[in-house]
Amino acid sequence: MKADPKGVLTGEHYLDGDHACAEGALAAGCRFFAGYPITPSTEVAERVSERFPDIGGIFIQMEDEMGSMAAVIGAAWGGAKSMTVTSGPGFSLMMENIGLAAMMETPCVVINVQRGGPSTGLPTLPGQADMMQARWGSHGDYEIIALCPNSPQECFEVVIEAFNLSEKYRVPVLVMADECVGHMTEKVVIPKADEIKLYPRRYTKLSPREYLPFKPGKDLIPEMVKAGDGYKFHITGLTHDEKGYPVMTWEAQEKLVRRLVEKIRLNADEIVHVEEIDTEDAEVVILSYGISSRVAIPAIQKARKEGIKAGQLRLVIAWPFPEKKVRELAKKIKAFVVVEMNYGQMFYEVERCVQGDCKTLLVPHGGGWVHDPEDIYKAIKEAIK
Amino acid sequence: MELIPKVTHHYLRTKKKFPNVWCAGCGIGIVMGAIIRAIDKLKLSRDEVVMVSGIGCSSRMPVYVDFNTLHTTHGRPLAFATGVKLAKPSLKVIVITGDGDALAIGGNHFIHACRRNIDLTCILVNNQTYGMTGGQFSPSTPFMKIGTTAPYGNRERAFDISKLAIASGAPFVARGTAYHVVQLEKLVEQATLKKGFSLVEVISHCPTLYGRLNKEGDAVEMLKWQRGHAIPISAAGKVPPEKLRDKFLTGVLWDIEFPEYCEEYDKVIAEAQRRD
Ligand SMILES: Cc1ncc(C[n+]2csc(CCOP(=O)(O)OP(=O)(O)O)c2C)c(N)n1
Ligand code: SF4
Repeated sequence: MKADPKGVLTGEHYLDGDHACAEGALAAGCRFFAGYPITPSTEVAERVSERFPDIGGIFIQMEDEMGSMAAVIGAAWGGAKSMTVTSGPGFSLMMENIGLAAMMETPCVVINVQRGGPSTGLPTLPGQADMMQARWGSHGDYEIIALCPNSPQECFEVVIEAFNLSEKYRVPVLVMADECVGHMTEKVVIPKADEIKLYPRRYTKLSPREYLPFKPGKDLIPEMVKAGDGYKFHITGLTHDEKGYPVMTWEAQEKLVRRLVEKIRLNADEIVHVEEIDTEDAEVVILSYGISSRVAIPAIQKARKEGIKAGQLRLVIAWPFPEKKVRELAKKIKAFVVVEMNYGQMFYEVERCVQGDCKTLLVPHGGGWVHDPEDIYKAIKEAIK
Repeated sequence: MELIPKVTHHYLRTKKKFPNVWCAGCGIGIVMGAIIRAIDKLKLSRDEVVMVSGIGCSSRMPVYVDFNTLHTTHGRPLAFATGVKLAKPSLKVIVITGDGDALAIGGNHFIHACRRNIDLTCILVNNQTYGMTGGQFSPSTPFMKIGTTAPYGNRERAFDISKLAIASGAPFVARGTAYHVVQLEKLVEQATLKKGFSLVEVISHCPTLYGRLNKEGDAVEMLKWQRGHAIPISAAGKVPPEKLRDKFLTGVLWDIEFPEYCEEYDKVIAEAQRRD
């Protein structure tokens, strides 16, 4: 399916990452936004509040982030593509209903422009310490998808990818940007509408009599309906059967939760998205994402100049984690150097996959500002020792 | 199922989800019956109705009725309903909630839904307790009544739910009881017809927990209490003030006009497009 030209601002623009996220949503066909203001994500909401009505879309400022996430899910079942945007404290409040979206298999997108935490932390300064919260933040067992843009251009692109993945896999998809990327202004090229491919909602073609709301297809994903089309469905956060009705047994739990997990895990190869820079001959590979991946570039260049074969594996999609790729590289290289703005989150995921096949080093940072490339360079030197 | 009138039967997921979870004598089923009869009278198709609930005994209602039904998270049904209604304003969106659901964990959503004035119909089953979790005191438990977490008597003051809704800006507020079913049916009908946010507070009873803990008798006794304590608003002027003190008013308590949000948002869209 092609994008609707109404939402696509084709051309060259100078936009910050937040505004680019808003344009990505418009291009992706998002027509419902509910949110609560929070720095450094508010510019997304501001742009949406101006741009959405123009094309018949709906913006609503809710009373808090629990309500925002709830309205986003409600809108999806009313037939809209929907999203919200927030940062740390709001992300914590959204966790309850992100779990419900996973349970109800509701396509929707949540953008988190990460700031320094914990708690109120550093509202106007960057962080990357919500990565594990993105993965595990709501209670219970489920899988989500999370993407990490590293430029305004990529904010635009990744938000479209997020919508497509959320439709395809019927999961809430998280865009884990950071304050630097959200607030930096760069050139953003928006293509023509017919060059933007969208994954359409998986509406069923079955009649109401044949249709079962949670009966999965071969790829483990069920087909969707919306209110008012004659299906009179029931959806619930309780463990449910294929009809959608609550069933309080371990067998029903096993069947449902296993599928919620496997629909992502078994399709991980198809979902994974990384960028590799000079990894073919590398002895040391920097694993990074978001703004940190850009700060690492000068360190890699300096090392290369000195004859150290350094490269980068950048996570465009952090969850599901590119396990196979990391394992494969670990067998060939001397070390992974993980650069992230926290005290070790994706780092432990790398360690888990490497299983001792190569060294692993972490270059941590508490957030508030980016790494000093010199510290990354030093870690590369340390890695080849 | 033969005991259920034909009209009601038509709207129930009888083959799928019965028997229900409610205790014998509970007021929630009476409320469900009144809602169904009101919808039937209004000749709404089952498919244009969306019923959204939170969590609680009362919030279990949607699974039994054959509409589009969303059973969501504790306290948040009004926020979910906001999304559904805005995404597809042609739908009739009815929210079922309890006193704990709407006023404790969902208090913020409640007052803002009143104020925002989206065309939603909110039926709040006020049984003065947290039924589902075992009879703890709720924001509408009267002063000094017993709850399983207030074994020495509840020392907090109860919300006057209808007054709270009026003060929060709801344009239509009514109160009924599980006892006065005919009136309740009419109130639900009026609320559903109202353009804008409407609340029907239903004074109901939980004989299993609240009734037992407070020695209020069985379901019949509790229904009799409702009969004895409800004063129709039309008669309030004729009752001496001292006799009103321990009573509550029923009927349409508040009915004003205020611009409805979805219609206002259409104007926003028109304005944005005009400026281009
Ligand atoms: C976030 C959260 N906290 C607590 C609960 C537990 N819980 C379930 S129902 C309920 C109270 C329901 O009371 P009320 O809304 O008055 O409904 P009733 O059961 O009396 O009809 C509580 C506290 C929950 N489900 N979710
Ligand atoms: S516990 Fe109380 S409110 Fe819940 S079903 Fe039983 S009687 Fe009704």
